[in-house]
Amino acid sequence: MMNRRQILILLPAAAIAWKSVLAGTPEMSPNYKLSEHWWSMLIDITKCIGCGNCVRACSQENNVPDGHFRTWVERYHVNDENMTEPVVISPEGGIHGFPATTDTSDKYFFVPKLCNHCADSPCTQVCPVGATFISPDGVVMVDRTYCLGCAYCVQACPYGCRYIHPELEVADKCDLCYHRITQGLTTACCENCPTGARQLADLKDPKDPIHEFLRTHSVQVLKPQMATGAKVFYNELDGSVH
Amino acid sequence: MNGVEGFMYPNEIGLQWSILIVLYPYITGLVAGAFILASLVRIFRVEAVRPTYRLALLTALSFLLVAPLPLQLHLGHPERSPEMYFTPHSTSAMAMFGYVYLWYLMAVLVFEIWLDYRAEIVHFSKTKKGLVGFIYKVMTLGSTNVSHKALELDEKIGWIVTLIGIPSAFILHGYVGFIFGSIKANPWWNSPLMPVVFIFSAMVSGISAVMLLYMATTKLRGLKIDIACVDTIAMYLFYTFIIDFAVESLDLIHRIYEADESFRSLNFMVHTKLYIPHIVIQIMLGTLTPLILLAITQLFKLPEFVRKRIYVIAGSLIMVGVFAMRWNVVIGGQLFSKSFLGYTTYKLALVTKEGLLAAIALCILPFIFLYALQHFLPPWPEKDNTGVPEATH
Repeated sequence: MMNRRQILILLPAAAIAWKSVLAGTPEMSPNYKLSEHWWSMLIDITKCIGCGNCVRACSQENNVPDGHFRTWVERYHVNDENMTEPVVISPEGGIHGFPATTDTSDKYFFVPKLCNHCADSPCTQVCPVGATFISPDGVVMVDRTYCLGCAYCVQACPYGCRYIHPELEVADKCDLCYHRITQGLTTACCENCPTGARQLADLKDPKDPIHEFLRTHSVQVLKPQMATGAKVFYNELDGSVH
Repeated sequence: MNGVEGFMYPNEIGLQWSILIVLYPYITGLVAGAFILASLVRIFRVEAVRPTYRLALLTALSFLLVAPLPLQLHLGHPERSPEMYFTPHSTSAMAMFGYVYLWYLMAVLVFEIWLDYRAEIVHFSKTKKGLVGFIYKVMTLGSTNVSHKALELDEKIGWIVTLIGIPSAFILHGYVGFIFGSIKANPWWNSPLMPVVFIFSAMVSGISAVMLLYMATTKLRGLKIDIACVDTIAMYLFYTFIIDFAVESLDLIHRIYEADESFRSLNFMVHTKLYIPHIVIQIMLGTLTPLILLAITQLFKLPEFVRKRIYVIAGSLIMVGVFAMRWNVVIGGQLFSKSFLGYTTYKLALVTKEGLLAAIALCILPFIFLYALQHFLPPWPEKDNTGVPEATH
């Protein structure tokens, strides 16, 4: 049982927390300036343990419908005979983690995937009504009140990051937890990653450690030949990753 | 699991575009092809095919009226589709659909049909009574002058409309090809040849459709088929088909020779999941067989009844083959993973919004429209005894 003193201390904290829950848009967050950010994500493949925490957190945070994924994790199994055709699994998007393996002779690693929030995204290019768009702070989003549900964007995404929401019948995808990042929080997946394999990064913030990381590591984006301006950067991305 | 072999990205397992999206390019292709056949009479003065001129126009209109329906049925929010007209996204190929469609429907097809039938419409507006007479009166749009001079002007304007109509037909269907061909994420679709392939296959299917319709309707009306007319159509069909075959072969050879990163995956798909619809139905039955049959009619002097049967068989096979081509593009393009590591399966539903029954209904609908249209605007080539002044072509 809390005493009066504890309640008095907690009340302002609860009020602030409630305010941050209510505030979902930049308009409601007076301190957030769209022009001061350019969001991206850094994924360190060497740190991912395939626990599936990120997938679970994303699913809960964003009410992701069953069988669809805003983020998922793939496990690659590569040996010198199948470099170009690795064995890849992602059971239920890796939401429950992966079966353990005792095989130490081959290479195994995990690749978390999500929308690449491309600067020149093919999905926004093809949307017939502009319901999918890139925000001034670099997040590709879908206006659910405007989307026709034609699925042209789903076809145009080279990374398989989009789906048609089965109940809302509109395109749906990762929005980098926009309701959180505009409040100064990180995304649900990054927040719940136990090894720090996923890091939200702001390319416009000169103090963001991503700048140092990009300078000093071997970093790549998925399918660079697609020239989509992908902004999810992978550290130590294996050449066998599709 | 769920008909998946290998690895698919988890969001790729279910197909986004169904049989209805197969119908969309098929139907617009028939429109474009039928119109091109009609233009043979108007622009290129191929008098032999005149008996099919009006039928071709009405066929094009009947199918064009149905063309947007599969898209509407497919949309998650069809009630929002007018937004494509009011707030089109300038970078989207699909956003242009509404404009291309309306242009083709109103500025080309309806206008040309109206001009061609105007003399009859005016005549019927005076002779028919009751509601039918009133409908004809509305259809005259107040233009009741059918003097020789006025009809000559109609003919001149009609010629210009058809002239504009030919590139419009190419745009209408080439644009459909562009919708697929411009998707760089999908190597099965991504090809600058796609619009060209779509245009020529459209011409082939549209010409076949009108030829078959002409033969069937003439037979049903107990009249004699104008063999010179179908011979000429078959000749044009054959030449167009050769170009279509050449372009499609070029696309195929290019893919095989280039053998880019997607080739192994696509090649496997063509030899497994797409073997029947692609190799057997599209290429063997729908392309090579009718091409050989039509070549025989061009090379040898066959009796009339044999030629007619060959035209019917070849035309029908072409209709099936072009449908298979649309199927292989739309459905085939979604059966493999963009990771190139796996394949999924298309499950055709029966009684759903995008099921087989809806697709069959959409295929029947143009014929119902055509049946209704031919009552109001008789397309038959025989001169009737209504005393309608003869149109000057």
